[in-house]
Amino acid sequence: MDYILSALKDAINLILSLDPEVSNVVGTSLKLSLTSTFLAALFGIPLGIIVSKIDFKGKYFLNTVLNTLLSLPTVVLGLFVYSIISRRGVLGEWGLLFTIRGIIIGQVLLIIPIVVALVRNAIHDIDEKMYKTAMSLGATDSQKFRLLISEARYGIIGALITSFGRVIGEVGVSMMIGGNIKGFTRTITTAIAMETNKGRFGFALALGIILLSISFIINFILYFFQSGESK
Amino acid sequence: MFKNNYLILGMTFLLLIACIVFIGSTAIAQERLVLATTTSTENSGLLDVLIPPFEEKFNTRVDVVSVGTGKAISLAENGDADIILVHAKDAENEFVEAGFGVNRRDVMYNDFIILGPTSDPAGVKGMENASKAFSKIAKTNSSFVSRGDDSGTNKKELSIWASADIEPSGNWYIETGQGMGASLNVANEKEAYILADRGTYLAYSSDLDIEILVEGDSQLFNPYGIIPVNPAYHNHVNYQMAMAFVGYITSQQGQKIISEYTAYGKVLFHPSAIKLKNLK
Repeated sequence: MDYILSALKDAINLILSLDPEVSNVVGTSLKLSLTSTFLAALFGIPLGIIVSKIDFKGKYFLNTVLNTLLSLPTVVLGLFVYSIISRRGVLGEWGLLFTIRGIIIGQVLLIIPIVVALVRNAIHDIDEKMYKTAMSLGATDSQKFRLLISEARYGIIGALITSFGRVIGEVGVSMMIGGNIKGFTRTITTAIAMETNKGRFGFALALGIILLSISFIINFILYFFQSGESK
Repeated sequence: MFKNNYLILGMTFLLLIACIVFIGSTAIAQERLVLATTTSTENSGLLDVLIPPFEEKFNTRVDVVSVGTGKAISLAENGDADIILVHAKDAENEFVEAGFGVNRRDVMYNDFIILGPTSDPAGVKGMENASKAFSKIAKTNSSFVSRGDDSGTNKKELSIWASADIEPSGNWYIETGQGMGASLNVANEKEAYILADRGTYLAYSSDLDIEILVEGDSQLFNPYGIIPVNPAYHNHVNYQMAMAFVGYITSQQGQKIISEYTAYGKVLFHPSAIKLKNLK
């Protein structure tokens, strides 16, 4: 109980004093998770539409693989990406290990399956009649695309929120690919892991509280976007 | 189409932020030295005072990746680090003999200690010989916590078992596979014996009931060495900067910072590149 109380006090102090190390770590986490979520959306949303709306051979298999990837442990993905971008790996010459870009690659790979699978589900849930009516009225491809996006928007925003939550809270990829380098690739989660190892439990808990607060604010803003239009 | 505007607005907003940060992250073009080291070194806080003067002098950035000694060495073997600062003499020698590293230098030392419950069921308190203390723990089947993670501390522990001619196994031998801090907590909960580095123990001591039972044996000596990665083997490494760092850390300035560094009111590391009497 002592830990939790002193952690709350620590967290408030850290936020109020704008501790440079903490703001640096928070900035890195935000930068990483926003960029990764954006890139995953860029690839994932069209892929989700393709998977749900276009019939092709092996679709059943692809869907099963997608659903399996939802339970991918971050450490396994971290190891996989490490083996590719290590100097001994295929892309070793690009020098991506222990960089921001390396982490982004890992995180995007982590959440693309989530975006694709959730967008696929959201589009499945749309009223089929409306789409068929639009087709029979001779909608162009871009009109069909816009119809799908606007009808499935809640599901799509939900997919992005889930993905954002997954990356900002993950530690495996950031630790293995980023290396927890102070002032460079240290994120909130890797800092929590390190402070716990150092025995500074209160400080680690304080960082956890800060992470949850940030996540709360971002979800609050997104929820505002979602509900703003139905009023 | 008003309904869509919020979504488009939101997406554009996200795009804008993402673009700004992506461009921002590529703007840094400073020289970089990747130092792979052990968690005990970084957690002690020593590097936070040792590295900044070097970064300033050489206008470079030292990126510290702290992992176990075993992993630090394999990172260097894969060419993913420019230089390593570790504590496992035998593994370091192997690393150099295999041609992965060159120009190893001694930097500093501290010591390991054997901790255990105050009740001391194996009766090792005050013993001066670490292998004999280990034999006694094994003979009485007293619980012992091992890191089991190929770290420098784990390698040292295994070498002490080997010198006592014991292959530890059984219910009393608990392998955690975790870091020093987590393992200390396990030993504390289980009232078990454990081998630890003094720095981490000091950081945790206020939360622990187990206490120092054996210390001071020459076998518990814990030397740290620094080794640049061989540029003939991995030609992309920043060898010049790595050698500059070796020069700095073994210089009067670097050694003095090490000898003067204290944490929890105690000196944690003793410089070994320059003799104490020659240190200005």
